[in-house]
Amino acid sequence: MSSAMLNLILKATLDTLYMVGVSGLVAALLGVPLGVLLYITRPRQILAKPLTNQVLGVITNIGRSVPFIILMVAIIPFTRMIVGTSIGTNAAIVPLTIAAIPFVARLVEGALNEIPPGLIEAAQSMGATPYQIITKVLLPEAKSGIVTGLTITVVTLISYSAMAGAVGGGGLGDLGIRYGYNRFDPLIMLITVAILVVMVQGFQSLGDHLVRKADHK
Amino acid sequence: MIRLTNVSKTYGNGPTAIAALKNIDLHVPRGSIHGVIGLSGAGKSTLIRCVNLLERPTTGSVVVDGQELTTLSAAELNQARHQIGMIFQHFNLLASRTVFANIALPLELMGMDKVEIRDRVMPLLDLTGLEDKADKYPAELSGGQKQRVAIARALASRPKVLLCDEATSALDPQTTGSILELLQDINRKLGLTILLITHEMEVVKTICHRVGLISAGELVEEADVGDFFTAPRTRLGREFLNDFLELEPPKALVERLEEAAGEHTHPVVRLAFTGDAVSTPLVSRLARECGVDVSILQAKVESIQDRTLGLMIAELIGTPDKTREALAYLESHDLHVEVLGHVQRDA
Ligand SMILES: Nc1ncnc2c1ncn2[C@@H]1O[C@H](COP(=O)(O)OP(=O)(O)OP(=O)(O)O)[C@@H](O)[C@H]1O
Ligand SMILES: [Mg+2]
Repeated sequence: MSSAMLNLILKATLDTLYMVGVSGLVAALLGVPLGVLLYITRPRQILAKPLTNQVLGVITNIGRSVPFIILMVAIIPFTRMIVGTSIGTNAAIVPLTIAAIPFVARLVEGALNEIPPGLIEAAQSMGATPYQIITKVLLPEAKSGIVTGLTITVVTLISYSAMAGAVGGGGLGDLGIRYGYNRFDPLIMLITVAILVVMVQGFQSLGDHLVRKADHK
Repeated sequence: MIRLTNVSKTYGNGPTAIAALKNIDLHVPRGSIHGVIGLSGAGKSTLIRCVNLLERPTTGSVVVDGQELTTLSAAELNQARHQIGMIFQHFNLLASRTVFANIALPLELMGMDKVEIRDRVMPLLDLTGLEDKADKYPAELSGGQKQRVAIARALASRPKVLLCDEATSALDPQTTGSILELLQDINRKLGLTILLITHEMEVVKTICHRVGLISAGELVEEADVGDFFTAPRTRLGREFLNDFLELEPPKALVERLEEAAGEHTHPVVRLAFTGDAVSTPLVSRLARECGVDVSILQAKVESIQDRTLGLMIAELIGTPDKTREALAYLESHDLHVEVLGHVQRDA
């Protein structure tokens, strides 16, 4: 294999890691609070706001129901506003992030749902404010569930990022399609798939390790 | 220390509304251990949760240590809650925190610094016998140990009142005993006022000073524990007591019991006696002084805290005049006599 080819593979790998890393990070930073909000505004929860909860729920569901490839095209104007261009790796990060936020939010909400209600009650009986309940009870107790959710998100993002080629985003998926599929180069195809498999395995193992560390049940 | 006045709680509204508490008046004096007992669904949890406003009463007033809680702002209520510790049936410890960190939680919430927290938590570990468990996680502890952690945690903010919601219901009898001992110890050492709810007479018998009986959202009876165990005033109270003492008239007898006395019947009585009466040779005296024979159907002696309680179900055999005389004799000797019914003489 030529060194040009190797460079191409290396660049594609870094592009994928970059896209997944940035979108995963931003989605976590925005998706975790959204998930918390979805949980605490439920009826009979610590900041019960049924209307807010429904509105947030509908928005989240819309975000989750639009197929990624359509989302990517549909938000091109927004992408241009944020990163100044509608093509390239950075342009792919915007729709990846937008798709991942509601995904993370629902997984976080699910993780919070696993906390026995008695713990919140105990904290309330100690005079905890809603903010203290979130930071001292909800997030620490749901930590392993949240890490599990974020791991699933990263793995999903790796797969979504393969579609980033549609907006010239590059990355392994794009390479695989252009060389492996369009030019029918089975070796490239195999290598990209192999790298993706290793990547997914790696993130999954890292996630599992963090979950084990966080889990004291 | 705790005073509930005319507290009612209704869940939901309209035709499906459930009146969980109805016009509850409850006073728990400083330093006492007050029990509330009732059947499942009677409203016990609702009642105790109204004391720290985990449940907001629909109407009525809740005063703890002289402070009316129902009119406080959210911030003031949180402040007031530092004075009211609470423990639960299922412990409610944070799985993500060690024993030490669980006990430290209420102090962190109060904004205390690390050094102060350490100084507070260490003696509590001693008090609750958890010295060697500080770095363990709740999952590594037995139920009894978990409840000890929960007690230490509830005491960390140095509350004046401790609320216990079925604190021993998830524990085996032996562990229950040790937890009750700990609560009693705390009550004596720290002068803590304790309100506990339970469905177990054993708990009331072991540590309570006074007891209230709750049924369908109403406090139907309230008494000193000794009195309650001698002579409950309500039917439900007697059922609780009989269940606890496993003192039920034999089934065959119950079937033969008639409500009214007839010409050829004998009364069947339930006798409860405390103090000196326990050691009185009652049966022989009835025979000698009233000419009535006593056929004992069931008998039991229990010690209720520092009192001894004797209970007996017996048939009084004699002529109507004589048995009437015997009943009067018993009553005049400070015995609680309840006529359960009458049986035909030669049945
Ligand atoms: N959040 C709620 N919403 C509606 N009804 C409720 C709620 N909590 C309790 N109830 C009802 O109020 C009544 C009293 O319940 P509570 O939990 O106080 O009983 P309890 O005496 O503690 O029973 P248990 O011994 O089973 O714990 C029950 O009929 C119950 O169904
Ligand atoms: Mg209950």
